[in-house]
Amino acid sequence: MNEYNFAYLDEQTKRMIRRAILKGLAVPGYQVPFASREMPMPYGWGTGGVQISAATLTPEDTFKVIDQGADDTTNAVSIRKFFEITAGVETTEETKKATVIQTRHRIPEAKLREDQIIVYQVPIPEPLRFLEPRETETRKMHSLEEYGLMHVKLYEDISQHGAISTAYAYPVKVSGRYVMDPSPIPKFDNPKLEMDAIQLFGAGREQRIYAVPPHTEVVSLDFEDYPFEATKADHPCDLCGAEDSYLDEVILDDTGNRMFVCSDTDYCRSRRAAGHVGRLAGEGAA
Amino acid sequence: MNAQIQFSGGFQNAPIDAAHAFRVAMTVMARPGEIRSLSGSQPPAPLSVAAGTLLLTLCDPDTTVHLAGATDTDAVRQWLTFHTGAPFVAASDADFAVGTWQALGPLGRYRIGTAEYPDRSATLIVECDVLQQTGAELSGPGIRGTSRLSLPDGAAFRKNAAQYPLGCDFFFTSGDKVAALPRSTQIRAEG
Repeated sequence: MNEYNFAYLDEQTKRMIRRAILKGLAVPGYQVPFASREMPMPYGWGTGGVQISAATLTPEDTFKVIDQGADDTTNAVSIRKFFEITAGVETTEETKKATVIQTRHRIPEAKLREDQIIVYQVPIPEPLRFLEPRETETRKMHSLEEYGLMHVKLYEDISQHGAISTAYAYPVKVSGRYVMDPSPIPKFDNPKLEMDAIQLFGAGREQRIYAVPPHTEVVSLDFEDYPFEATKADHPCDLCGAEDSYLDEVILDDTGNRMFVCSDTDYCRSRRAAGHVGRLAGEGAA
Repeated sequence: MNAQIQFSGGFQNAPIDAAHAFRVAMTVMARPGEIRSLSGSQPPAPLSVAAGTLLLTLCDPDTTVHLAGATDTDAVRQWLTFHTGAPFVAASDADFAVGTWQALGPLGRYRIGTAEYPDRSATLIVECDVLQQTGAELSGPGIRGTSRLSLPDGAAFRKNAAQYPLGCDFFFTSGDKVAALPRSTQIRAEG
């Protein structure tokens, strides 16, 4: 097939990653340290997710990669090709056909199934990092379940902006114990974190792996009088007309015209194929 | 004859067999109570196929292994050393331990991790005569509603779960079948 070991990494590295994944699943939301390797791509390009995918893929898998919902961006295309070459796996852009989905900053709109695995690329795995820069301290805070600082942060949002202004990487509490960074997904995706699929999170530069098993309670932090709200642009998709999907805003010209399109390209494409039409669909924008 | 046992019975195609085996191990750990088939190795007796395959998939010179009771034979030691290079240690130092429930106990001997690093805990591979989705009622992460699994003990696992987020994690093996019980699972007695 090629000169690489199956899925690029050597077997001892994969075993180390696999042991970290198992401990991560046993303690949902807890960040397991792992000896992240140099990958043939820069840190920040999904090396954590790539290493988890490499340790998880089997030759029978069908692999999908999305970057902010899109299958056709540089990051997604290059990671897909990487595993086509090194693991010889089938790849797809269709969420339904995929068995392993690696994602940067989105959860697909289509509901994931029991037989699917979603791998998140995580830049900063520590939800408390911007509040407390010292790892020794954040580790202590997690061990003592001391998350008051996070609520103070959300409260300051309210006192300054009148609402919780955190729009992405919105902190969640997993299975009533660990506060976790769901990676920079928009908070619109937070309710989907309770799903049927296995969720694995990999931070390559920060050398952390964590996981959320299926059917695990994931609660977005909030206050009684300011409950969590999953928000999106108040607009239907201009290509497929979807009212229920997360939207990207695209500036069209310098006179203020703009359009909103689904961030999940596969969702948008399959809706258009099924005959759904949005406001600007007829103008060759697709 | 010993050399025959020692050198044979490993993975035929290590990267592929290990990938398949890990997918099974991950699936059962993520879905406590689910029973899956796990094969790929032919370990020497008394190790089951599933237990041997788990050890080959997860152990290497970086992990310590404790052989409990009847599993501590020359044949098993030589086989594991040849295929994994894992050092053998006492129960209190083990990353992985394998044996029957009676041989593995008491549970208090194993590492349960520390408050800041709960992952530094032992994983026990419990050899069972039977593995069925009956018996103790399980609930918690990975389980939709409740599931059932034939656990060899009740009180010891409840005590383990009560230490959450510390505690040991368990695989149960019988022939080529495997199931798992992470520390996050709540256990209710048969009823």
